[in-house]
Amino acid sequence: MSPDRTVGAVGASRPRIEGGLKVTGAARYTADVPMPGLVHGQLVTATTSRGRVRDVDASTALGMPGVLGVLDHRNAPRLNPKAGNYFGPDGSLLLLQDEVVPYAGWPVALVVAETPEQARAAAAALRVTCDAEPHDLDFDMDHPAARPASTAFGPEADTGDLEAELAACAVVVEERYRTPEESHCAMEPHASTAWWEGDHLHALDANQGAFSVSEVLAALWSIDRERVHVRSEHVGGGFGGKGVCGPQMILASMASKRFGRPVRIAMTRAQVFETTSSRPRTEQLVTIGADADGRLRAVGHRAAYALSPLAEYIEACTEQAKVLYAAPAIRTRLTAVPLDVLPPASMRGPGATPGSFALESAIDEVAERLDVDPVRLRLRNQPSVAPVSGLPFSTRRLVSCVQEGARRFGWAARDRRPRSRREGPLLIGTGMATASFSAGVFPSTASITAEVDGTFTVSVGASDIGTGARTALTAVAADALGVDAGRVRLRIGDSDLGMAWGAGGSRGTTSWSFAITEAAKELRGRLGDPARPVTATVDTSALIDFQPGRERQTFSAVFAEVAVDPATGEVRVRRLLGVFAVGRVINPLLARGQVVGGMVMGLSMALHEESVRDPRTGRLANGDFAGYHIAAHADVPDVEADFVPDYEPLDPSGFNGLGEIGTAGTAAAIANAVWHATGTRQRTLPIRLDRVLEPVAAGKDTEGATEGADHAVTRGA
Amino acid sequence: MREFAYQRAARVHDALLAVAGDRNARYLGGGTNLVDLMKCGVERPTRLVDVRRLPLDGVHVAPGGGLVIGATTTNSDAAAHPEVRRRFPALSQALLAGASGQLRNMATVGGNLLQRTRCGYFADLSRPCNKRLPGSGCAAIAGVHHNHAVLGHSAHCVATHPSDMAVALAAFDAVVRYQSLDGGGEIPLSRFYLPVGDRPDLETALPPGALITAVALPGVPGSLRSRYRKVRERASYAFATVSVAAALDVRDGVVRDVRIAMGGVASRPWRAGSAEAVLRGARPTPDRLRACAEEALSGAEPLPDNGYKVLLAKNLIAAVLGELAAAEEVG
Repeated sequence: MSPDRTVGAVGASRPRIEGGLKVTGAARYTADVPMPGLVHGQLVTATTSRGRVRDVDASTALGMPGVLGVLDHRNAPRLNPKAGNYFGPDGSLLLLQDEVVPYAGWPVALVVAETPEQARAAAAALRVTCDAEPHDLDFDMDHPAARPASTAFGPEADTGDLEAELAACAVVVEERYRTPEESHCAMEPHASTAWWEGDHLHALDANQGAFSVSEVLAALWSIDRERVHVRSEHVGGGFGGKGVCGPQMILASMASKRFGRPVRIAMTRAQVFETTSSRPRTEQLVTIGADADGRLRAVGHRAAYALSPLAEYIEACTEQAKVLYAAPAIRTRLTAVPLDVLPPASMRGPGATPGSFALESAIDEVAERLDVDPVRLRLRNQPSVAPVSGLPFSTRRLVSCVQEGARRFGWAARDRRPRSRREGPLLIGTGMATASFSAGVFPSTASITAEVDGTFTVSVGASDIGTGARTALTAVAADALGVDAGRVRLRIGDSDLGMAWGAGGSRGTTSWSFAITEAAKELRGRLGDPARPVTATVDTSALIDFQPGRERQTFSAVFAEVAVDPATGEVRVRRLLGVFAVGRVINPLLARGQVVGGMVMGLSMALHEESVRDPRTGRLANGDFAGYHIAAHADVPDVEADFVPDYEPLDPSGFNGLGEIGTAGTAAAIANAVWHATGTRQRTLPIRLDRVLEPVAAGKDTEGATEGADHAVTRGA
Repeated sequence: MREFAYQRAARVHDALLAVAGDRNARYLGGGTNLVDLMKCGVERPTRLVDVRRLPLDGVHVAPGGGLVIGATTTNSDAAAHPEVRRRFPALSQALLAGASGQLRNMATVGGNLLQRTRCGYFADLSRPCNKRLPGSGCAAIAGVHHNHAVLGHSAHCVATHPSDMAVALAAFDAVVRYQSLDGGGEIPLSRFYLPVGDRPDLETALPPGALITAVALPGVPGSLRSRYRKVRERASYAFATVSVAAALDVRDGVVRDVRIAMGGVASRPWRAGSAEAVLRGARPTPDRLRACAEEALSGAEPLPDNGYKVLLAKNLIAAVLGELAAAEEVG
């Protein structure tokens, strides 16, 4: 491991630079920015999952106070049908272009009025008639429309002879796991303001990458990207749900074009649920075989996910089967099932998070069948090189994570028999899981100006969606320039700052830091006359080695303790501990916030989150925060996270991303703990109480009732 | 936006007059439910008459040891009141199990009784709902009804009542007091909520235009122990899957008095009278508690996706009564 090259800002815990602005309300989010001449748009959405708009009757709405007009598929400006996203052409961008309704929640009209209230009232008065057509939302791994997923993220694993290895195994576990559709639930609802100045499009938008949004808008409008200017200074969370150009942004640009005014669209919470994007449903079949001594011989991971025919998407559930364990045979198969669903998008730890639930639950089942400690089973099967690619790992500190986590958690004292711990009426269990998440870097540009007053202005098209990116990058720049962080001013969240990767794929910080570090290097070589400002700009496109010959991953071990009341099915997490290997940590305070937040999201996935749809219409039945449960404070009593010393040799500063690894292992750790508590496997998320509830025999339930009484009251309050 | 008149009443009579003069007027308490329903278009009042500052708040001890809780008392104040906590612990626990601290600070006791169901179809204007639009049908019966009723529902509506507080009030034989322009009146909670039948839109026996002024709780013996337990999918800020308010008075090892009411299982707080009879006069053995719980759910008719509630309710009744019986032995 390389030593730290500087003793400076990197490695020190510092609170967010903009924290004071945020807690005092001075930081302005997209929908807060005042603007003269502003008008407001309100979406009207489809209530059926498939059909055609027959009529939009705006006669009442158009006569209402303040209404400028109504956009629908008959009068909306035309967009370029070839526009797309990361995966290629994307039909979900082509709003109001025809009468087809591809999913429940699809925008069918936009009402524009002088005030948000007028727009909302007029939208309620709009009469949209749809001819519903039969829809298909019956997700199934073996659905007739199922097809192999895109291999844009890499080929399937097909190492060794899976069947032959399985035939020779002492123990084979083959189980099916299911995860539901989920919603990102960022605190800030999606919002945009758009206006045109000549043939230049200007926008304020809540997104995870202003540059990529400007590219999509340029494509949709068939104009040069340099004529699109998107700013996103503060963004209230994204989790992948603001990764692509949102419907509010596209519609605002269309309405502004049409009405010649700046148009703001702030989506309602219900619209964010039904119209933006989701984590798709998955069904996964994991087959693992092992020798009697606990050596794995075969790992098979089949995974299917739902997507919309509107756009390609990859929920790469099977990635960890290629990374975590050594086995002579490893086979993965990823299947996409096109249905009339809300188009999915990356949601924190896409693929890895549902995939980890299946794989790490199955490993736990192997440990159960072999009657070995699940920590020991994992340690026994660590690979020396990446088991599928055969490449060495650039760094792999997973064993350190497992050992340190086990030590802190007190794992050694665990009785591995299920249902072996009771406290009054409660069953207590512990479980663990390991996880990996792909790390890397994408091209970005950065400019640094040495100002005449001795300060430095760093401009990079980064996004701070609440992660602390602004603060972390300031520290990176300070160290790269060899100056105190107080002399560094960071400009981010603006597509005019040049090409940059967004806050996604756990690659934002590495991509932006690389560009900043290189720009600082260049600037330091050019500093001469202190009386004149000097600027250095670097584009890392040509500097990145996309085939470094090493496997680059981050790793974690997550440990959970749960209390289960079998009489009510209630599962409550008592303790959660995550130990992470994520390269060199830039800011331990903010890094801990990231991984603790990720673990809470994983807990929420394990126990609560589920988009429920009406079987007849496919419409969301729980699209609000009363119906769609995310973990409340009371569900998260004791969460701890720490990092093992690590250094990423493929990064010039030793960094890796850590935004998503926290979510990945948590659900399996909790599900395994629920098995340990109850003796029943939970292979479907969320672990709802009706899936845990047991008949309680007469006489048994009152045993120890006095002891458990206080606890019951505490939980109920 | 949809406009409505707003006025704040200084006296009960003023409030009654204001509502009597406007068929689409509504009383406004804390607004924690009504205002949400106005935002989504389910409620479209032409006039809100704010009753929150009427001199109807406070908790008073009545002759005979009962309590009178004024209608505008906030849920927070009612829950924290020492006499409520001492005499009717299950009521305090039920209040604290509801909503969040912020909402309880706004919500009033009178308004809590008149909460509307949280059935998703009730709030979805694009779907049929007999409670919102009589005669339009019920979308939940063939739709999502995982958290709907297993008792007392009809082919017209399977929604549940969301209140925690009302479940405890049902166990304590509370009486709702009201004023109308025709004078005052009282309705026992057991008759306050109407059976679902074919008119699920008609929810209470309150006369038109009447204003709830107080809830009266008859006195109970000091030896009556009570408890409220709410089972839900997360640890706070969620409506009940099933809840139980129970009270038990055991003397010399024999049950003298028992009260059992359930929430989350019906269109109203569900008092399990026949189950109480199973236990009254008997020794609270585990077998007897189980038999009592079985009786409480004997009339259950679960829907295709909510059968788990029957087992859950039985387990919960047995567990809560078991806790109360065990506490008797210790205490």
